[in-house]
Amino acid sequence: MTTPSTLTAEELRHTESTPAGHGRRRPGLKVERVNWPGTTILVLCAVTVLLPLYVTVSMAFKTQGQAVDGNAFSFPAPFSIDGFVQAWTLTNFPVGAAMSLLVTAGTVVATIVLAAFASYAIVRNWERRLFRYSFYYLLAAMFIPFPVVALPQIQMTGRLGLDNPLGVILLATMFQLSFSVLLFTAFLRSIPMELEESARIDGATTWQTFWQLIFPLLAPMSATVGIFAFLYAWNDFMMPSLIISDPALQTLPLRQNLFQTQFSNNYHVSFASYLMAMAPAIVAYLFTQRWVMAGVTQGAVKG
Amino acid sequence: MSTTTATRRGQARPESRRRRRVEPIFYLFLLPSLVLFTLAITVPGLVGIFFSFTDSIGIGDWEFAGLTNYIAIFSDPAILQSYLFTFGFSIVTVLVVNVIAFLLAVGLTSQIRMKTALRTIFVIPMVVSGIIIAYVFNFLFSNSLPAAGAAAGITWLETSLLANPDLAWIAIVVVTAWQAVPGALLIYIAGLVSIPGDVYEAAEIDGASKFQQLLKITAPLVAGYVVINIILGFKGFLNAYDIIVGLTNGGPGTSTRSIAMTVIAGFNGGDYAYQMANATIFFVVAVLISLLQLSLTRGRNTL
Repeated sequence: MTTPSTLTAEELRHTESTPAGHGRRRPGLKVERVNWPGTTILVLCAVTVLLPLYVTVSMAFKTQGQAVDGNAFSFPAPFSIDGFVQAWTLTNFPVGAAMSLLVTAGTVVATIVLAAFASYAIVRNWERRLFRYSFYYLLAAMFIPFPVVALPQIQMTGRLGLDNPLGVILLATMFQLSFSVLLFTAFLRSIPMELEESARIDGATTWQTFWQLIFPLLAPMSATVGIFAFLYAWNDFMMPSLIISDPALQTLPLRQNLFQTQFSNNYHVSFASYLMAMAPAIVAYLFTQRWVMAGVTQGAVKG
Repeated sequence: MSTTTATRRGQARPESRRRRRVEPIFYLFLLPSLVLFTLAITVPGLVGIFFSFTDSIGIGDWEFAGLTNYIAIFSDPAILQSYLFTFGFSIVTVLVVNVIAFLLAVGLTSQIRMKTALRTIFVIPMVVSGIIIAYVFNFLFSNSLPAAGAAAGITWLETSLLANPDLAWIAIVVVTAWQAVPGALLIYIAGLVSIPGDVYEAAEIDGASKFQQLLKITAPLVAGYVVINIILGFKGFLNAYDIIVGLTNGGPGTSTRSIAMTVIAGFNGGDYAYQMANATIFFVVAVLISLLQLSLTRGRNTL
């Protein structure tokens, strides 16, 4: 497994400004004034975006007394971790987190491996009908909304004993496959054949060529594919809520409905619980934003 | 991305490869994806379509019922309402998302300070779990907003939006847009930075104002990206589920019930075959929209 090395902020800024730099840097107009009104408006917009997240964090650190007083925007005074302590046991957080982690890790690994292998076979045999049609077949899933296949899938996973996180991994991987194959095949086409041919001349088998030469070259694409699989698997509610039948095996997003029925006035507990479920995805994004942003653009333009 | 297309064109397949037999290992690379995909998505899809022509309740005996389910659906007010709601909500959300995302993208590609930090913040909503952020907004809509309404003396705001059958959809649009803006924003940014700077320079020399430039240069040149964003957004919003469950759970009454929610409810309600017919119709709608997407984006591969 190639793990993408974390970027430093400096590298990140550099890579991000590259595409923007070409289009906007106008020769002759290099000293342009900073657009202060624009900056101000955008900062205000950013505050609006952050408001619900601020409320989540501040509510989570309040005491029960302060949480019920009705003012969502006040700063927690005094700071209390009582909400986290209670949420930890109420939602059985360690088990929920373990389930979320299992589903997410499984989906990420399965998606990268299956999609990379399939894409390589497709691109290298594009002139063969079987491989070409397989590509369109796998891509067709982009057009199938989950609700359409949900009911038969619930029945099928139930009958096969997959009404648990394993079944969720299988389905989540299949739903991510189209997008991932699309990105991998586009990237594979840009790798020059000469590279592989020299490996062949040195006596490498197809397996060795792929695993030792091509797969490492795919690392940036694997990072993009992986982070999208991560975000989908970690955040999804609809599919796991329908597939996982045993409440003890529920992932974190599923456990939050506890607060919609019982304990509905213990806001500091519910918000602490929300925060613990949301934070890993936000942290993962902050470290991998370069690939998140690349994935959105490439997926849209190629799809 | 221009290098990608260049190498793809330059890489004319050598004749020797064309004649060579496909190495068996390539089948092995492709097979796992094809088999799992067929089992997890194609088979359930076909099973669902098959049962939509029966009177099955999900378990036990069933008989063929011809088109009975389909005929019944077209006169079922609950289903018609869910289609009306889902399409209405999707159209409004698409408009809101695209206007906001376009304006933000224009701002983020202009001469502003803190560009990278702002972009990082604006993308965060995309990586947050839909159901959990809906719970957070649920709290704001039922507690903070009425309190603000009361303080400002706005009567219609004093009761929760979520409890009002005529206004609850607004809350759903707000939260869905909050989460969907980043995706559209990133695609617009990609579109804007692809416009060469000298076009603006020429316009400036000819005396065009900033607003005229936006209207006469920027807007037409990103038209292709507008089409992509509208279709991608619309397709996503038609599947709306997680956010609605977290905000209104389809209520008050059934006023905010989406198509996905109606289909899923069929599993617990015992009208399995009937909801499969509903899902099949939904599938046809999704395919039609995808075909529209293909015909609109064909020939725009140069993006």
